[in-house]
Amino acid sequence: MNTTDINYSKTGKSRPPPANTVGLIGWVRTNLFSGLLNTCLTFISCYLLWLIIPPLLDWAIFSADFTGNVGRECTTDGACWAWLDQRIEQFLYGFYPAGSYWRVNLAILLLFPALAYVLFENLPFCNYGRWYSLAYPFLAAFLLVGGFGLEGITTDKFGGFMLNLVAGLSGIIFSLPIGILLALGRRSKLPAVRLLSVTFIEFIRGVPLITLLFVAIIILQLFLPPNVSVDQLVRVMIMITLFASAYMAEVIRGGLQAIPNGQYEAAQAMGLGYWQSMRLIILPQALKISIPGIVNTFIGLFKDTTLVIIIGLFDILGQARVLQTNPDWMGKVDHETYLLAAIFFFVICFSISRYSINLEKRLDTNRD
Amino acid sequence: MAEPKTSKSNIDQNVIEITALNKWFGNFHVLQDINLTVSQGEKIIICGPSGSGKSTLIRCINRLEEHQEGKVVVNGTELSHDLKDIDAVRSEVGMVFQSFNLFPHLTALDNCTLALIWVRKTPKADAEALAMEYLERVKIPEQAHKYPGQLSGGQQQRVAIARSLCMNPKIMLFDEPTSALDPEMIKEVLDTMIELAETGMTMLCVTHEMGFAKTIADRVIFMDEGRIVEENEPEKFFANPEHERTKLFLSQILAH
Repeated sequence: MNTTDINYSKTGKSRPPPANTVGLIGWVRTNLFSGLLNTCLTFISCYLLWLIIPPLLDWAIFSADFTGNVGRECTTDGACWAWLDQRIEQFLYGFYPAGSYWRVNLAILLLFPALAYVLFENLPFCNYGRWYSLAYPFLAAFLLVGGFGLEGITTDKFGGFMLNLVAGLSGIIFSLPIGILLALGRRSKLPAVRLLSVTFIEFIRGVPLITLLFVAIIILQLFLPPNVSVDQLVRVMIMITLFASAYMAEVIRGGLQAIPNGQYEAAQAMGLGYWQSMRLIILPQALKISIPGIVNTFIGLFKDTTLVIIIGLFDILGQARVLQTNPDWMGKVDHETYLLAAIFFFVICFSISRYSINLEKRLDTNRD
Repeated sequence: MAEPKTSKSNIDQNVIEITALNKWFGNFHVLQDINLTVSQGEKIIICGPSGSGKSTLIRCINRLEEHQEGKVVVNGTELSHDLKDIDAVRSEVGMVFQSFNLFPHLTALDNCTLALIWVRKTPKADAEALAMEYLERVKIPEQAHKYPGQLSGGQQQRVAIARSLCMNPKIMLFDEPTSALDPEMIKEVLDTMIELAETGMTMLCVTHEMGFAKTIADRVIFMDEGRIVEENEPEKFFANPEHERTKLFLSQILAH
């Protein structure tokens, strides 16, 4: 072969791309006006946004009433936010004693470093941080429930968004490991383990969550000895966790099935045992593939915590209902209270979703 | 080959003894009465048409496949259902696969150190030093911190060879190591294997690279329909195959 042929890349300098394909103009061209259909869709979308956004902002903010002690004092056409002053604490903390709000706040504050050490790499004091994350659930339980010197607060005082967070987070924390074990169990070579996993998964998936919650609250008590009583909130948390675990197991099983047999064989040939090859080789890959499904289950689980309303716990939606039926506010706050609850849920769920996208990018090992 | 073969000096030491081996996949009798003895340092090339059982045979040696009848003794340990025996054999036997089977979520270096750290309990720093040594031997130390997805097929296969060598195996099994590679990359992998052969490693290699077979093999085995049809030194095997089936096979793969 001729050397000049091989070195062709050195003869010409590479040129920058045409100006209208990069930067803001390039972005607008490729994303908004790349063809006749897309241009039409862009204009239709803009028109719809124009129809929705200004009136919404007007209602929610510009024409809204922010002061007043009862619903009658909200006189404008806009939203009535006057209740926020008196009621926001119930929306956030339920019937938790006002003097102990700091305990909830502290628990939430301590949650952030605990999450950070699980979710992000390369933080300072990483080794200790992981232990802290492991200890966090116990720390939070101690702060919220009390004992060991702190004033005891029973869980029937829990309510508002805090109840959603407690039930949702405990579900998220425990459903992943249980789901992994169930998924591995369903693929196990041991018939007993497999049968047990399949039965559990199919039973839990085949029954609505509401039914399980009723079972937890009402029927379970019939089978327990009369002097034994498990805390209501704990029962609810267990049921939500088990329910999510069954779904989680199937999501992870999907990931496990996507791992080529060669990976198992290479691990075996190198002398790794079952648990070692699962932990070091198979699960890291399977969980990575399953991230969208896992996050989907997490978000679903978190929103399912609102179902506790039907067994008499007052989460954030419960508090909304309470206010809506309060004679002082009746008929004035239906949309506003739901909107507030929606915003709370959206912020959390959207953050989870964004984090998962970030995680997928970070774990992508095919990038150059 | 100019290199003195260790097999000639201690020919009595058999590292693999397979006697009357039979294996079925369901009703399909994939291995039929296989007898094979491999002595220390011997290089054996196994060839044959697809479905002839050659991959299954070498996979029986490290128990990736379970055999139903007969005896497989590797390095003095007979393979049975005893997991300890299986672990003992696997720690002496390295394997290189057709599809590389590198772990895509780990860098080349981490692929090499994984088993050292978790199976051999080598300290991380020592494991990395050893892994770098072997990555240098397969001539890709500069790729150590890349992920398999960022390497070419030839580079991946060389990492896979280094990964097996890290465990300091007595026997290396190669299951069509170059069949998934582009022609330009086959050579770099074969060169690596030839260098490995020169160190006196015991090698069993399923391959259709006949030039390579002539260079390193002490024996060439031809398999068809689950049986060893012919077994000979490479000179005789290629010049005067005894069986009609072997002649036909050779004429087909050497035709172009």
